[in-house]
Amino acid sequence: MIHVFATPVLALRGVSKRFGAVQALTDVDLEIHAGEVVALVGDNGAGKSTLVKTISGVHPIDEGAIEWEGNEVRIQRPNDAQDLGVATVYQDLALCDNLDVVANLFLGSELKSLSVLDEIAMEKRAKELLDTLSIRIPSVRIPVAALSGGQRQVVAIARALIGDPKIVILDEPTAALGVEQTAQVLDLVERLRERGHGVILISHNMADVRAVADKVAVLRLGRNNGVFNVADTSHEEIIAAITGATDNAVTRRQARTATKEDAK
Amino acid sequence: MSDLTKTPAPDAEQSAAPIPAVDPRLLVREEGLKGYWTEFTRKVRGGELGSLPVFIGLIVIAIVFQSQNSNFLSASSVANIAVYTSGLGIMAVGIVFVLILGEIDLSVGSVAGVGAAVWAVLNVSNGMNDWLAVAIAVLSGLALGLLHGFFFAKIGVPAFVVTLAGFLGWSGLQIWLMGQEGSINAPTGSVVEHLTGYYFEDKAAAYGLALVAVLAYAASLLLDSKRRKAAALPARPVSEIVLRAGFVAVLCFVVAYVLNEPAGARGLPLALVLFLAVLVVADFVARRTTFGRQVFAVGGNAEAARRAGINVDRVRILVFGLSGLLAAFGGLFVASLSGGATKSLGGGNTLMLVIAAAVIGGTSLFGGRGKVWSALLGMIVIQSIQQGLNMLGMASEIQYMITGAVLLAAVVIDSVSRRTQKTAGRA
Ligand SMILES: Nc1ncnc2c1ncn2[C@@H]1O[C@H](COP(=O)(O)OP(=O)(O)OP(=O)(O)O)[C@@H](O)[C@H]1O
Ligand SMILES: [Mg+2]
Repeated sequence: MIHVFATPVLALRGVSKRFGAVQALTDVDLEIHAGEVVALVGDNGAGKSTLVKTISGVHPIDEGAIEWEGNEVRIQRPNDAQDLGVATVYQDLALCDNLDVVANLFLGSELKSLSVLDEIAMEKRAKELLDTLSIRIPSVRIPVAALSGGQRQVVAIARALIGDPKIVILDEPTAALGVEQTAQVLDLVERLRERGHGVILISHNMADVRAVADKVAVLRLGRNNGVFNVADTSHEEIIAAITGATDNAVTRRQARTATKEDAK
Repeated sequence: MSDLTKTPAPDAEQSAAPIPAVDPRLLVREEGLKGYWTEFTRKVRGGELGSLPVFIGLIVIAIVFQSQNSNFLSASSVANIAVYTSGLGIMAVGIVFVLILGEIDLSVGSVAGVGAAVWAVLNVSNGMNDWLAVAIAVLSGLALGLLHGFFFAKIGVPAFVVTLAGFLGWSGLQIWLMGQEGSINAPTGSVVEHLTGYYFEDKAAAYGLALVAVLAYAASLLLDSKRRKAAALPARPVSEIVLRAGFVAVLCFVVAYVLNEPAGARGLPLALVLFLAVLVVADFVARRTTFGRQVFAVGGNAEAARRAGINVDRVRILVFGLSGLLAAFGGLFVASLSGGATKSLGGGNTLMLVIAAAVIGGTSLFGGRGKVWSALLGMIVIQSIQQGLNMLGMASEIQYMITGAVLLAAVVIDSVSRRTQKTAGRA
């Protein structure tokens, strides 16, 4: 395992975010070190995507602080996050349907020669990148609208690897992928870690999480519900944190499922 | 982080060979001319009509009017179409950008009127230097456009409302500027008079321009193909380049010939040169610069563009600014054609013709798709129809109805091709 630095690359301190009447995040803490894969898990609506969007500048935070390499920073716009070195793959993929694959990959960071778009360099680089993710795309020059769901997802993932991000955030990157492509994405996550990038991986698939993550941070109803080392935590403990086994209601529910299982 | 792109050796358990570079299901164009034809029919069936309806339309128009009146394709008639195309065509270039952005600008006619009025008041009434007055007129168009963009992007007022307010407000400003007189004539020999009144009588001008255009086009295609081959990317075969360059060459030299040779020919109109210059620059901006890419991105998916770090507000404001600038510039051409600025310049059906030109030329009303050259194609269609109907002595009410029908046809083609593209997975 790569040496983990003392100061985290990215740290959230007491972050809160409201959407009108919904308190999506309350007092959330999170730390990501270089060369570390942190899985962010939680039930539907727990606030994972919202947390990601506060880091990437889509929704600025209401309260709390974001620290980058130990210094407090303000992330108000997607640009701020990109300048710091945060690359994000959103759950709602955020691609431009009318642009072709190459244009989408390099959107916001186009390659230029003499301030003219260098289509050839971009196309070449795009091909290399997509080959890494072993996806077959009919042509890198067709509009993204013509791609399948999984192909679109791979394009979105490849987008995050353009440039040289320090933190890569993947919000359910494998949700639409086949076996082969899922394995490639997990490989990619490991390669990112080996090269000293920090990775935040959101996934509902515990097998994937346990396969690649170093730590698991659990969100429940917009609050922290524990951070676990994958190596010395059992599957059940994580599930308990996600579903909130400490809650009364959940304990009752567990009892119910237990009796059901007994009955089987 | 280029190392990331090095794929690790495929897992041993994988029986499949390494992924082939191309999807075997991808339809590849066959060699030779037959290949072009099959690809062409496939594209048309998939709704990718491109400029096809316009070219067919132009041919039909030419045949119909020429059969009714043998002067339709005469030198003076073609020159007339070229000159009348330029003013509104330049305005249509601005509209193309606005449409790609997925918005609409209803104020172009009024902004053109204000531009002409500003020029007339400064240059004619107050004796300001020609060039300075023209520059200020064009810049005032830019300012008005930026103002529309600001209200749209920053305040969030829908673009059609902002520009509708502009449409009313600026035509008020125009009438106020023109004051008592109501019309100010362009002095003979002034810059604005030359805009549409000047012809390069030397035959070398038209032929030279045609030659330069063809050579530049062929060279850019060849260079691109060479660089793509060097980068091991699929490139256009030489046969296709020859075909394309040949088509452009025939087109350019036929037009140059008609402008130069027949009896009554006056040579290459300056207005056409300026319009072509605007088209070339605008096309370059749209396809080859970051700004152009951003306009398409915002038109396709504004939220995705924002998340990619694009300053969406800035793009929107600039596009409306560009539309205002080109509207005012086009307004000076209109003033030049009608002999000067008037209270009603840019009123009437100007706005409709400009938007119709962009749409007829193949720019989508639904945003995200369009070509700068559609301003030229669409405007030629409209002006040819008007010219032809004029020559047949058709009343203007009939002209309105026919132009309206053509616009409707263009929008129907746009909507239908969009639907076909959706079902063919191309929208
Ligand atoms: N733009 C928004 N406006 C209003 N409420 C929102 C918005 N985005 C998210 N929310 C609310 O915030 C809460 C957290 O949503 P979020 O998308 O972060 O969940 P999640 O953990 O990513 O869930 P999932 O696993 O289903 O993706 C939900 O209650 C949701 O309704
Ligand atoms: Mg989510």
